Amino acid sequence: MAKRIDVSGLSAYYGSHKAIDDISMTVEPRSVTAFIGPSGCGKSTFLRTLNRMHEVTPGGRVEGKVLLDEENLYGTGVDPVSVRRVVGMVFQRPNPFPTMSIYDNVAAGIRLNGGRVRKSELDGIVEKSLKGANLWNEVKDRLDKPGAGLSGGQQQRLCIARAIAVEPQVLLMDEPCSALDPISTLAIEDLIGELKERFTIVIVTHNMQQAARVSDRTAFFNLAGVGQPGKLIEIDDTERIFSNPSVQATEDYISGRFG
Amino acid sequence: MDDMDISPENPAPPLAPEPAENTGNAKGTTRIGDRIFLGLSRGSGVLLLAIMAAIAVFLTVRAASAISKDHGNFLTTFEWNANADQPVFGIAVLAFGTVVSSLIAMLIAVPVAIGIALFITHYAPRRLAAPLSYVIDLLAAVPSIVYGLWGALFLVPHLTGLYTWLDSYFGWTGVLAYHGGAARSLFTIGILLAIMILPIVTSVSREVFRQVPRMHEEAALALGATRWEVIRMSVLPFGRSGVISASMLGLGRALGETMAVATVLSPSFLISRSLLDPGGGTFAQNIASSFKESGDLGKDALIASGLVLFVLTLLVNGAARLIIARRKEYTA
Repeated sequence: MAKRIDVSGLSAYYGSHKAIDDISMTVEPRSVTAFIGPSGCGKSTFLRTLNRMHEVTPGGRVEGKVLLDEENLYGTGVDPVSVRRVVGMVFQRPNPFPTMSIYDNVAAGIRLNGGRVRKSELDGIVEKSLKGANLWNEVKDRLDKPGAGLSGGQQQRLCIARAIAVEPQVLLMDEPCSALDPISTLAIEDLIGELKERFTIVIVTHNMQQAARVSDRTAFFNLAGVGQPGKLIEIDDTERIFSNPSVQATEDYISGRFG
Repeated sequence: MDDMDISPENPAPPLAPEPAENTGNAKGTTRIGDRIFLGLSRGSGVLLLAIMAAIAVFLTVRAASAISKDHGNFLTTFEWNANADQPVFGIAVLAFGTVVSSLIAMLIAVPVAIGIALFITHYAPRRLAAPLSYVIDLLAAVPSIVYGLWGALFLVPHLTGLYTWLDSYFGWTGVLAYHGGAARSLFTIGILLAIMILPIVTSVSREVFRQVPRMHEEAALALGATRWEVIRMSVLPFGRSGVISASMLGLGRALGETMAVATVLSPSFLISRSLLDPGGGTFAQNIASSFKESGDLGKDALIASGLVLFVLTLLVNGAARLIIARRKEYTA
């Protein structure tokens, strides 16, 4: 189920512009790792290199290694499509498929990955995933209604249900709460706490209280200046980052002295 | 309504009138530029309706006078002889020819256009996509008489091979049986019309596919969808209504195409069982071919057929709107 991520010497580019420079880190399985840092420091770009989504941006390319347990995601002959089937992703803005019902949204990944699944089996997976995303009770009577008709927070949980339905090894979340109200945010945060029992979770957030609440480990990214590539400043236990970080820049950032 | 809003909540001159919000209610407080623009845009809207109404009235009045003098059944007669002492004319052949040739054109053009549009937006490298778009748009700028000449001088002689092939495999159906002769049939017209409507259907579809929000495509990608699966899950459903509109624009052009059809078709007032047999006719082609040698009644008879084409086009557009509206819940 959950796998360890080992990143070494990873740089990402947009055309000739280097967005992140030489990042190495380890993400433990069954834990939540939060990425924090000022806007433009490359934390979202870095997140997107972990499921090879970065390279779908025109001009996007990556150097370095990402090991998922022992397998290099950027090894020769590795199909990015199959990488994305084991490393799921939840986006900043909820993006359920607008033309699909709630049921079909959750089943979308299964239908892609597995091809033929029996209806009863699929029903089971959809129910389990929606329960896993704490959405089942709210939508069980209207599974055939369009997913776009739900509230923003419900849509985001629907997207989480869609991502976990295919049982990925890793779940990447790119500021999953930034478009949501505080109540919905709380629901997602509770959910993250439950999901880490089963998945390796990496979350990008601008909200430092959120990082402190949900994560076990926190990575701080920064950039030297506009146009400079983003760098990993430090990664440590969340408690330590927020109480006694080893780098001065981290302390300046989390105490609000800049950024 | 305009005059009622002045006194109660809107005492005459607000201090700083917000141009955009005040337009329309609160006369006298809007700026002169707004009033001119409002007048212009409202005038254009009214003018459009007036022109439509004028066309409809003109067509209806002249058509009614012609139909009342028709000695045959206007809808079912296979003959067009409005200049005779006992005038007989009917639109059966024209309606059949118009609908069938346009349907053939749609069957060929729409899948090809969707394919080209997807290729340009999702597969082609940027260096190729831009010139390809340009060439497609250029195709739309070719005058229809040029298509007609090309159709008559190149397409017709070169299609006999395809006709023979179709006949040997599908001739048994009767619909695609080929009995020799020049390929001046409804089928050839359909192919020609397909080429003519290809640019408009392609460009509109291309713009629609280009507007698919990035986040919908990424949703599919992140689930492990291949490029084709992304297109099937995100792009096509999003573009559905746009592609329908694009097809209807193309269909509108195909239904009304005149010169190209008149140049290629050898018209006759017969409906043959095989689409590959020469003969048949379309509304627009018949008007163009018969107008000069028509007397007063003949002209009115042609106008009556034009009215039917007008109604047909309205029906097609209405149907397209229905299809689009039915799926609205899912495309919000």
